[in-house]
Amino acid sequence: MAKYKLPKPGELSSSINYNPPAKDWMDIPVEFKPATYPAAAKEKDLLTVGFPNAHQWTPEDEDWNLPDGWEDTVIKGIEERLSKYRSFKLFMDVCVRCGACADKCHFYIGTGDPKNMPVVRAELLRSVYKRYFTKAGKVLGRLAGARDLDADVLKEWWYYFFQCTECRRCSVFCPYGIDTAELTIMGRELLNLLGLNINWIAGPVAACYSKGNHLGIEPHALKSNIELMIDDIEDITGIRVNPTFNRKGAEILFVTPSGDYMGEPGIYTCMGYLMLFHELGLDYTWSTYASEGGNFGFFTSNDMAKRLNSKIYAEAKRLGVKWILGGECGHMWRVLNQYMDTWNGPADFLEVPVSPITGTRFENAKSTKMVHITEFTADLIKHNKLKLDPSRNDHLRVTFHDSCNPARGMGLFDEPRYVIKSVCNNFFEMPENTIREKTFCCGSGSGLNATENMEERMRGGFPRANAVKYVHDKHGVNMLANICAVDRAAFPALMDYWVPGVGVTGTHELVANALVMKGEKERTTNLRGEDLPGKEGNE
Amino acid sequence: MSQITVGDLVVELDEDGFLEDHKQWTVDVANYLAKTEEIEELGEEHWKMINYLREYFDQFGVAPMVRKMCKDTGFDQKKIYELFPAGPGKGACKIAGLPKPTGCV
Repeated sequence: MAKYKLPKPGELSSSINYNPPAKDWMDIPVEFKPATYPAAAKEKDLLTVGFPNAHQWTPEDEDWNLPDGWEDTVIKGIEERLSKYRSFKLFMDVCVRCGACADKCHFYIGTGDPKNMPVVRAELLRSVYKRYFTKAGKVLGRLAGARDLDADVLKEWWYYFFQCTECRRCSVFCPYGIDTAELTIMGRELLNLLGLNINWIAGPVAACYSKGNHLGIEPHALKSNIELMIDDIEDITGIRVNPTFNRKGAEILFVTPSGDYMGEPGIYTCMGYLMLFHELGLDYTWSTYASEGGNFGFFTSNDMAKRLNSKIYAEAKRLGVKWILGGECGHMWRVLNQYMDTWNGPADFLEVPVSPITGTRFENAKSTKMVHITEFTADLIKHNKLKLDPSRNDHLRVTFHDSCNPARGMGLFDEPRYVIKSVCNNFFEMPENTIREKTFCCGSGSGLNATENMEERMRGGFPRANAVKYVHDKHGVNMLANICAVDRAAFPALMDYWVPGVGVTGTHELVANALVMKGEKERTTNLRGEDLPGKEGNE
Repeated sequence: MSQITVGDLVVELDEDGFLEDHKQWTVDVANYLAKTEEIEELGEEHWKMINYLREYFDQFGVAPMVRKMCKDTGFDQKKIYELFPAGPGKGACKIAGLPKPTGCV
C-alpha cells in the first residue's frame, strides 16, 4: 500500500465544501476516506479486559466478521441502555431538528460532511431507535425517519462515532441541552458489544488495566523516568527534589496522566509539578498503581471506565492519604468531576481537601475529595505563597486553550488563566466564541490522537488552529498553553501543520519556569534547556 | 495491517509499520524496516541507538522517553532525526522492533 501523504494546508482547507449533497442522508453510503479513521482494536487487547466478541478485523474489510445474531445484540443493547440511562431515552426523543448545533462541531467545520453535524450524527442512532422502539417508526418506517439496522448502518456508526471527540461543544448551543457526546458514548458502547473498538483506545485500556497506566509504564520505569527529571531539575536549579512513591501516611495522593511522565512536552509540565511540590514542602506521594489520571475506558463503555477509575480511591484508601490532588488532564476531570463519586464513592474515608499551605478548604471538592492542580496553584498565588519571576517567560507570547472537559465538564475557566497571567507577562485571549465554554476541541480527543487518521485530526483541529492563527498574526502569539495531556500530545502536530511557529506547553511548565525556589542557583535555561531571555550564550 | 517477508520469515506489521510481535525482530528485519524509513544503510550510530533501545526495552518493557534516549546515547534530537528521518518513535523505535506506545503521546 502506498504511503498516504497529507495534503498541504491550503489544499485541505479549500477542499471543504459546505454545500449539502442533493440526496437524503440515508441514501448516501458511508465512504471510508483515507487517513480519516483509526485502526481497529487488536483482539488481544479486548481479551485482556474481557470485552465481548474480540476478533481480528480491519475497517477496510468488506466483511467485519460479525458474530451470529449481532443485530439482536445491538437491539438488546439499546433496550438495556434506554432503561438504564434516562438521558439516552430523553435525547433520542426530544430533538426538534432546529439546527442550532449543525455548524458548531469542529469535525463538521473541518470536513463539510453533513453526517458530522451533531444532529445528523445523533440521527444515525436515532433512526434505528425509531425503527425498533417507537410506534411511528415501526409502522411508518422511513416516513417517520426510521431505518433497519444492517451491516452498512453499523459501519456508518463506527466511522462517525469515532469521528466525534465527545467534546460537547454542540451541547452548549442545543436549546434542549442534548448532550451529543452521550449519544456517541452510547454508540461506542453498542459497537463495543461486537468487538468493534479502535486500537488507540483498546491498547491504552488494556495497558491501564494490567500495568496501571495507558502507556504501559511499569513501576520501575515510572520511577526511572521521574529520576531523570530530578537530575534535570538539579542541573537547571541546583536543587534536588525528592518525591516519594507509594508512601503510606502521606497527606496527599497525586494522580496525573501518564503522558506527563513520558511524552514531550508533557514531561516539562511534570517537572513543574515536582518543583512546585518540593518548594512547598508538600507531604504527598506518587502511586505506581493509580498511575493514570486519564481514563480511556470512558471511550469504550461506562462499565470499563468505572473499572479503571476504581484504582484511584482504592489507592487513596490503601495509602491512608487525606485527599487527592490531580494533574493537568482533560477527560480525566470529566470522569472525576461527574462520575467518580457515584461509580466508586462515597470516599468517606477521605477528608474534604484543605490546602496545607493556605488553609483554604476546597468546598467544591467536598464529594470527590479531589482537587484540580490549577485550583490548588491559583489559591497559592492568591495568598502570595509563591515567589514568582514572570520575566523568565518574557520570550513567550501566550494564549490559553480551554481543554474541552475541564471547561464544559467542570466549569474550570478562571483558575488556569489566573495562574498563567501570574507567571507570564504576555497573555492574549483567542476570540470569544472559541474559548471558555465555547472552546474548540483539539480535534484529537476521546482516543482519536492516532497517526493513521491524521487528515481527520487536522480537519477536526482546524477551527482551534484558526483561532490560534488569529492571535498569532495579531499579537505574535508563539505559545499555546493548556491543561491536558492529549492537548500536549496532539497540538504540536496541529500547530506545525496550520500555524507553524507556535509551541505547546502545559501550564505548570510555565509556573515552574517563573518559580523562584529557595536556595536555587541563578537559572540560565528554562526546563527545556533553552536559554532564558537575557541569558543567551551564558554557558 | 500488513505482512513483510524477510528471508524465510513472515513478519506482521501494524497500521504504522511497527512489528505486531516484538519477538519477531531480527537484524535482517531491522535492515528491511530501515529501507522503508528512508535509511539506505544502518551504520554504527544507527546500531548504537537500536541496541540501546532494545536493551532498554528488555529492562523496562516500554520505550524510553525521548529525553532519556538523548541523554543515554549522547545524540540530541536533531541528530536522531538525521539518523532516523521519521524521528525517535516512528523511526528509531520502529526499526528496533519496539511496540508502538498508545495513549496521550
